[in-house]
Amino acid sequence: MFADYSWSELGSIFAMQGFAGLILFSVFVLMALGLAIIFGQMGVINMAHGEFMILGAYVTYLCSNFFSTYLPALFGIYFFVAMILAFFASGALGALVEWGLIRHLYKRPLDTLLATWGLSLILQQAYRSIFGAREVGVSLPSWLLGSWPLTDLIEIPINGLFVMSLTFLIAVGVYFLMFRSRLGMQTRAVVQNRVMAGAVGINTERVDRMTFAIGCGIAGVAGSAFTMIGSTGPTAGQLYIVDTFLIVVFGGAASLLGTIASAFTISQAQSTMEFFLSGSMAKVLTLLTVVGILMLRPEGLFSLKIRR
Amino acid sequence: MTSGNSFLTRQELLGLAVVSLLILVVLPASVDIFRLNLIGKYLTYAFVAIGLVLCWGMGGILSLGQGVFFGLGGYCMAMFLKLEASTPEATKIQSTPGIPDFMDWNQLTELPWFWEPFHSFPFTLVAIVALPSLFAFVIGAAMFKRRVGGVYFAIITQAIAAILTILIIGQQGYTGGVNGITDLRTLLGWDIRTDSAKYVLYFVNAGLLIAVIVAAQAVRKSKLGRLLVALRDKEDRVRFSGYDVANFKIFAFCLAAAFSAIGGAMFTLQVGFMSPSFVGIVPSIEMVIYTAVGGRLSIFGAVYGTLLVNWAKTTFSETFPELWLFGLGALFIAVVLVFPNGLAGLYRSYLQPHVDRLLGVKKPADDDEPASDAVPEAAARAAE
Amino acid sequence: MNTVAPTNNDFLLSIEKLTVSFDGFKAVNDLNLYVDENEIHVIIGPNGAGKTTVLDLICGRTRATEGSIRFRDKELTEMKEHEIVRQGVGRKFQNPSIYEDLTVFENLEISFPRGRDVFGALTFRRDDEVVERVREISRMVFLEKLLDKQAALLSHGQKQWLEIGMLLIQDPELLMLDEPVAGMSVSERVQTAELLNKITEGRSVMVVEHDMKFVEDIAHRVTVLHQGKILSEGSMAKVQADPKVIDVYLGH
Repeated sequence: MFADYSWSELGSIFAMQGFAGLILFSVFVLMALGLAIIFGQMGVINMAHGEFMILGAYVTYLCSNFFSTYLPALFGIYFFVAMILAFFASGALGALVEWGLIRHLYKRPLDTLLATWGLSLILQQAYRSIFGAREVGVSLPSWLLGSWPLTDLIEIPINGLFVMSLTFLIAVGVYFLMFRSRLGMQTRAVVQNRVMAGAVGINTERVDRMTFAIGCGIAGVAGSAFTMIGSTGPTAGQLYIVDTFLIVVFGGAASLLGTIASAFTISQAQSTMEFFLSGSMAKVLTLLTVVGILMLRPEGLFSLKIRR
Repeated sequence: MTSGNSFLTRQELLGLAVVSLLILVVLPASVDIFRLNLIGKYLTYAFVAIGLVLCWGMGGILSLGQGVFFGLGGYCMAMFLKLEASTPEATKIQSTPGIPDFMDWNQLTELPWFWEPFHSFPFTLVAIVALPSLFAFVIGAAMFKRRVGGVYFAIITQAIAAILTILIIGQQGYTGGVNGITDLRTLLGWDIRTDSAKYVLYFVNAGLLIAVIVAAQAVRKSKLGRLLVALRDKEDRVRFSGYDVANFKIFAFCLAAAFSAIGGAMFTLQVGFMSPSFVGIVPSIEMVIYTAVGGRLSIFGAVYGTLLVNWAKTTFSETFPELWLFGLGALFIAVVLVFPNGLAGLYRSYLQPHVDRLLGVKKPADDDEPASDAVPEAAARAAE
Repeated sequence: MNTVAPTNNDFLLSIEKLTVSFDGFKAVNDLNLYVDENEIHVIIGPNGAGKTTVLDLICGRTRATEGSIRFRDKELTEMKEHEIVRQGVGRKFQNPSIYEDLTVFENLEISFPRGRDVFGALTFRRDDEVVERVREISRMVFLEKLLDKQAALLSHGQKQWLEIGMLLIQDPELLMLDEPVAGMSVSERVQTAELLNKITEGRSVMVVEHDMKFVEDIAHRVTVLHQGKILSEGSMAKVQADPKVIDVYLGH
């Protein structure tokens, strides 16, 4: 399959596909980070995670419309406002869902899975009723348009670069939140020993709600970032949910670094293969490899040997 | 105390009689053939739901990939029927006559090797059950031997459903792609599209379903059934009582796969086509809701749950298509939060006391339902 | 894994040079421990001494990093859990581990050692032998009147007995009990001590226990573990007089 290309062309192909892979990587990381908190730290399967992300995307879409109609002068910075709003919208919905649904099911993860699937169906239909079945896109401010030529053959789109930097910042933020902040410490304490954590004065219910809300909020930010590179439809969240869960499990559910490493591996493998095979076969092969490895090494790539 | 050994208690005989009466007499007598064919289609999902009672309700193994086995069974049958429909005479306008039309459209010039054996009807019948069971065995052996269970198993089976769907859609030339395998006409020369054939197929399907109900009931009443409940509850205790736990899980998963595959094959026969839309994530998880509505542990409940949900789906999608997804979503949440024991639970609370009085049963059934009314927490063991 | 040549075959169970480490932390460190036939051998020690880990290692729940565990001259470290059980090693867990959804009868019946493979379980019949044996064991563990009761409805002490009964019905040669009287009432403790003394005919029992009064009542021999190693071993009186033991454990 390589015979038709010269070396320099091959190099450029790999670089371009590598960059396409990096954008895919950013999307995966953004989606997986929220899930890594909710699933990895709390052990809750949230099948509606994609819909929380789409909520963020719709908030961004509304913001973009609002700014272009009422505040065109500030359109250049609408995205930052949208991101913050997306965080709070998805986070608030997350807190509500935790209160109404998840907290009754902490000891029944399989039931949580079914209930959140039901929630995802409801949200999808709600989006469809409110925003219509068609996909919507946001208009980008001018400074995000265009691309940056690296060589004759390689061009780097600026919105891609922006999303990647954003991903990096959010990942660092999540790291500090989970491993350096008081809430992160409390979350991990509650996960490891709920009774003890309660006994030393941690309000475990509040920690659960906050953690879930933050995980959903991050999904909202991810959705916001997602609008930079793609359009949003009611069922867009569903498309990625399986990949995202695989990424988190593949990385070793409790490891943030593992999540990022596995997102990187999967996105690079998929986008590199995509050039030579059809897109669907690239995806089949990637997912099949991941599932195969998970069958051989169910604890994922990064995990600790623990004393039972 | 030894009555737990008897194959069917009086209540269960009654249950079997009622469900047989309903699907063999009442429904065929009260609806036209179009509706009956539709009900026959629903009943093919009941095969999947019964399998899920064994592996999820009893064994605590939630598979979100049952559509894979339903689909494999259905595709095996569809491949046979398609080959029968693709005689050189019937396809002489194609550039390569004698191969299925979609292959010709995709510039295939000969039949792929894995299609060849499906010229044989006996092979097809064996393959319908054997291929999905074998696939389930491979998945089950790989995962249960390594003690992967709970939510991880659910996620992996879901991923497998996703992979198979993408593969089928992507490999158009070999599988018929997103449209599936369509335009199926005859089974061994017998036209399956006529009304009389649809009647016959309905009754074949109903008969098979009753056979599967009896088989599932037999497994459930055996020590293996009690072991499944036991290992859902305390897997380590079973293991440290000298059992190789993985083998029992593999058996339950394979049996569920075989049941689903029979349902899939009957689906193809009754509906006349098979497509990837019955394989993927969405249909697979919807099949779980049938079992949940019926009441997880109840084999009869699974049949009623399937009929009820599908009836609701058809009714709602005809009149208020927008409301259906809200309704289905709410159903998922309700069976988890409000009615964890589904129809079977409602029956036990409201109807069974009266039925028992009529049957002259003094005590509550000895071990009709292994579980108490509450959903055992272990049914959804922590993600470990 | 190194197989260490057995130095003594007279014991029912010989643990030699057993080490297990979790990420460098040695929970059990170069341990030698022997259990005689018909002996009640109690392991005591402060929290984190590795007591439960030793039981986990014997029954295969945790894999040894090094060393050997020989039972009736068969190496257990390479066997799977259910194979170890079939050799005649029974293990009771710290918290009563019974099937709450099943009746007491069914709990005992499932533990009856017949029909242990898939086919056997499908064709298993509840014949007179099974019923007789279940009744016999239920009398032993004080549950003969509760056979039809759902196990979830038993008291904590009764659950502990039920689990012991589930092991006894398998007639193990070595029975391992992890804190059998934890959470029991005084009268239940007395009954349990009686039960243990009764069942030791023809089998050995290893007990991990904190309750010193109970240990005194039942122990033939006591091993004190500390930081994964043996601190002292012998009769209860000897161990209690050992200054090392008093220092780390009893003295507190």
